[in-house]
Amino acid sequence: MNGRSALRHYILVGLGFALMVAALYMVFIYVPTDKNMGAVQRIFYFHVPLAWIAFLAFFVVFVCSILYLTKRDMKWDVIASASAEVGVVFTSLVLITGSIWAKAAWGIWWTWDARLTATLVLWFTYVAYLLVRHYVAEDSQRARLGAVLGIVGFIDVPIVALAIMLWRTQHPGALIFEGGLVTSMLITLLVCIIAFTVLYIILVVQSTRLKNMEADIRNIKNNRPD
Amino acid sequence: MKGPLSKVLTIFWKDILLEIRTKEVVTSILVFALLVLVIFNFAFEPETATMSLVAPGILWVAFTFAGVLGLNRVFALERENSRLAGLLLCPVDHMAIYWGKLLGSFTFMLAIEIVVTPIFLVLLNLSLFLPRLILIIVLATLGFTSVGTLFSALAINIRARDIMLPILFLPIVVPVIIAAVEATAVVLQGGPWGDMLTWLQIMIAFDIIYLVVATLVFQYVVEG
Repeated sequence: MNGRSALRHYILVGLGFALMVAALYMVFIYVPTDKNMGAVQRIFYFHVPLAWIAFLAFFVVFVCSILYLTKRDMKWDVIASASAEVGVVFTSLVLITGSIWAKAAWGIWWTWDARLTATLVLWFTYVAYLLVRHYVAEDSQRARLGAVLGIVGFIDVPIVALAIMLWRTQHPGALIFEGGLVTSMLITLLVCIIAFTVLYIILVVQSTRLKNMEADIRNIKNNRPD
Repeated sequence: MKGPLSKVLTIFWKDILLEIRTKEVVTSILVFALLVLVIFNFAFEPETATMSLVAPGILWVAFTFAGVLGLNRVFALERENSRLAGLLLCPVDHMAIYWGKLLGSFTFMLAIEIVVTPIFLVLLNLSLFLPRLILIIVLATLGFTSVGTLFSALAINIRARDIMLPILFLPIVVPVIIAAVEATAVVLQGGPWGDMLTWLQIMIAFDIIYLVVATLVFQYVVEG
């Protein structure tokens, strides 16, 4: 890591840290407690950004997969796999925070509602993506098969969403946005979204760097003179 | 010089001929699909009011599982004696290989469904003449095999392929399963065409999208 990229790295991590502290302050102290739902509503400031950024992460996988297949540059494959890992972690957190909220608001941990089910299917799709990558030993083959799955999986998202939406829908989530979002709540949500976006970028950058180092070590090992 | 269609049909005919001579895939998966139907009758109390509600689900779980097993065989067959290398060395476009294989797995699955569906209807004492069910089965099977043929080719390259195919395949075909189950429920309850139209549209959209995408990306799965 040269001087300039190290500096960039520290700025990014510092920014992420400051934003996360600000987000925590706003969620727990600044923003007023929701009149109807009470304190549990505060989880929504983490839940919604996580969901959006998980989706962004899978979109990045999709774009990088197409770029890999057209340009055949391993760089895109590394970013795609890093983004998928972060996406799966964020999707898991979405499902967990959603369950906590649902238990308090609806009295149940889980319901086969459209968004919940679609998120779960999405989670399975990208866990399968990561598993396949794990089961392929050779680098270029892993990149190729991963890219195919990154494309095929993402195209499924709108069809799954539509099919499940028609199948059943009870999620009151959209109401939160249409109805009473006070300015202070909206600002808090925006800060949280920015904080989580920066967190996503930090994680992908770190993971990408780690994967590149691993690849370097593998190459050095394989080219040993003995 | 042969046209692309005859190349596709040549590959298709190769698989059909192999199946006619060995009778390996269709026979064993047919028995498996029937077993799933029977096992489900133990899981749910038969001959009750709930049976008509769960019947579409039973049928499509049987077809989905049978489909996964069958799709595992589509390219697994080509692993022995480097047959895949031979197939790829054929002077045909990779798309032709995909379509030939797709037609093969589509035909095998349809053959199984043609036998299983009447038995299913008889076991549950339902009407045997349901032309609309044929349409649903054709559309859903095309959806299953369009994705499944691609994933079958993908799975032969990876370790733990037998378990990885269902793990890859099932989340992707969720829309087809939902649409097929809902449309079948409409048919079994004698509902009007309008009620199942949306589900047919979803299956048609899925089929077209995945036939196009799989045709385009298949070459990346089999290369190198």
